[in-house]
Amino acid sequence: MNITLKLYANLSYLLPVHAKHNAVQVDLLEPISIHHLIDLYHVPREQAHLVLVNGVFINPEERDQVDRLKQGDVIAIWPPVAGG
Amino acid sequence: MAWTRKFLRVNLTDGTIKTEALNMDWAREYLGQRGLATRYFVAEVDPKVDALGPDNKLIMTTGPLTGTMASTGGRYSVVTKSPLTGAIACSNSGGFIGAEMKNAGWDMIIFEGKAPSPVYLYVENDHAELVPADDLWGKSVWATDELLHQKYQDPQLRICCVGRSAEAGCLYSAIVNDLHRAAGRSGVGTVMASKNLKAVAVRGTKGVGNIKDPIRFMKTVAEQKKVLADNAVTGAGLPKYGTQVLMNVINEMGALPTRNMREVKFEGAHAVSGEAMHEPRKSDGKPNLTRNAGCFGCTIACGRISTIDRGHFSVETKPEYWGNSGGLEYEAAWALGPDTGVDDLNALTYVNFLCNEDGMDPISYGATVAAAMELYEMGVITQEDTGGIELKFGSAQALVAVTELTAKGEGFGKILGLGSKRMCEKYGHPELSMTVKGQEFPAYDPRGIQGMGLTYATSNRGACHLRSYTVSSEVLGIPFKTDPLATEGKPELVIAFQDATAAVDSSGLCIFTTFAWSLENIAPQIDAACEGDWSVEKCAELGARVWNLERDFNMRAGLTSADDTLPPRLLKDGANTGPAQGKVAGLAEMLPKYYELRGWTTEGQLTPETRARYGLPS
Repeated sequence: MNITLKLYANLSYLLPVHAKHNAVQVDLLEPISIHHLIDLYHVPREQAHLVLVNGVFINPEERDQVDRLKQGDVIAIWPPVAGG
Repeated sequence: MAWTRKFLRVNLTDGTIKTEALNMDWAREYLGQRGLATRYFVAEVDPKVDALGPDNKLIMTTGPLTGTMASTGGRYSVVTKSPLTGAIACSNSGGFIGAEMKNAGWDMIIFEGKAPSPVYLYVENDHAELVPADDLWGKSVWATDELLHQKYQDPQLRICCVGRSAEAGCLYSAIVNDLHRAAGRSGVGTVMASKNLKAVAVRGTKGVGNIKDPIRFMKTVAEQKKVLADNAVTGAGLPKYGTQVLMNVINEMGALPTRNMREVKFEGAHAVSGEAMHEPRKSDGKPNLTRNAGCFGCTIACGRISTIDRGHFSVETKPEYWGNSGGLEYEAAWALGPDTGVDDLNALTYVNFLCNEDGMDPISYGATVAAAMELYEMGVITQEDTGGIELKFGSAQALVAVTELTAKGEGFGKILGLGSKRMCEKYGHPELSMTVKGQEFPAYDPRGIQGMGLTYATSNRGACHLRSYTVSSEVLGIPFKTDPLATEGKPELVIAFQDATAAVDSSGLCIFTTFAWSLENIAPQIDAACEGDWSVEKCAELGARVWNLERDFNMRAGLTSADDTLPPRLLKDGANTGPAQGKVAGLAEMLPKYYELRGWTTEGQLTPETRARYGLPS
């Protein structure tokens, strides 16, 4: 299963060096939860404040579900940020 | 107390300046800045006044916490009737001039009439004089600032002024202070120029005293500064990425208005994002962003200071633009970038510099260019109109060329200076103007963030994100997360944000504190500084009072509930992609409930009961 992982703002430094535009392609051999995925990239869970899958916000309680990520999904993560 | 309890009244027609005592009964009801100036404005100005006529007034106003040691206590506002919207305008700016005005001993300056020839106001503590400005007229903001600093030989002199766009009648001209902060929206600079008032230069050395309970004030201010420092947004995210961190957020969720709001995602968003501003350039190895910057007393410091690549086509022969200056903030970057389809960070930075240099609101300006680009693609605007410029979506060259014209009010820039609404009407396509009450939208598509649709439609100064920033809740989860695609509960949310914002805007503090603070953190600071009881409840009531007073002015000015609407593109055309695909802005589901909760009639008019509840003038 292929997905795209994007880490933004103060999480950018956790991306591998070959990442482009804050994104990496991730090959998953088996379905994993969002929490499992962000643990693999050493993103502190409390820093994964805004988690969007295909642009839709994922509540913290959904992030342990192993079937939440599907083939081709784009998951984008931010620490607490704001602006305007 | 915190108020200086006095203000200046400057009659530009006859050149007189008077000191008047502040109406403390009004101060106890409307606090300061946005609220108090609005109270003065509605008492003194006929709502049907010609915004660019001598009978309109322009009030520069501070809040009771402006110039104090409270974090972000450097704000000032400009209240007048807007030539862009015909509604009341209140534009807020940081930088240093607000605190300087307070340090000189003034809560407000009311300008009335029109000077027979160009003047500027010079204030040094108790001394205030009008000085001929014929030598400054025709100069940019940056040139004016430099000439006045040279003349007075005082680096601490704080200056706000208008640029050449305002002199040329551009309807969304800003009043720029401290070179690159601005009372930006609704054409307050156009009003200032219409009065032949070029600049206000202020030096104040008195300090801000009159604090009701100084020990309690110092203690609560220190506690609340710690809250800002410990918060991930105000203590880390904003200083590092500024507001520009939102570019990728809003794009990922499919709510980034693109190419005059035809689309909701921009393929070039990353190239003009806050993250991109940190990336080293190939040419010189330096990033666009040099450093962050703070306004007076601010412990957040979200401002951007940037440079343009010297080899970029926009500046390669213009060394005067090679230095550091105010960089891109999110709303400006969006309007100049995704809305015009331009993904060239250097071009956007240059155009943003020009907006500062000649005092144009970059939101209204960028959105107007976007509408012009759509008209050009349709063949309605031609190269004959533009003077040979190929005004295509995505063309950085075209964006740069028309900006240089609009900044000086030349050629096709005269047309762009009309703003999107009047320009689209002129070319027979009013439906392509992405405006409410004649003011251009900022950077959030209301099909993907429903609360912003109601925010825009009901904003007292026309489309604006800073009247109720429900993005905080709907996108960022501050103070709690709501579903951006739902309309249910949004009227309540919008009202809570509108009222809290009006209260903060009346205090002298910056609205960005509310990413970490609520009125629970703000009210104790006001209460320690100002006489009277400033509880959380009273602050919220103050906000509602200000909101209703502004609304009442607009209704008397001739606006109706028919003006509380959105362009047909947002009400009829579904979003083209993303989570909101196929969805339109659900305004009809929210507006009646909003009126009801506000205590207004179904026609959006204040009822006698609502008027009595807030003690509004009849």
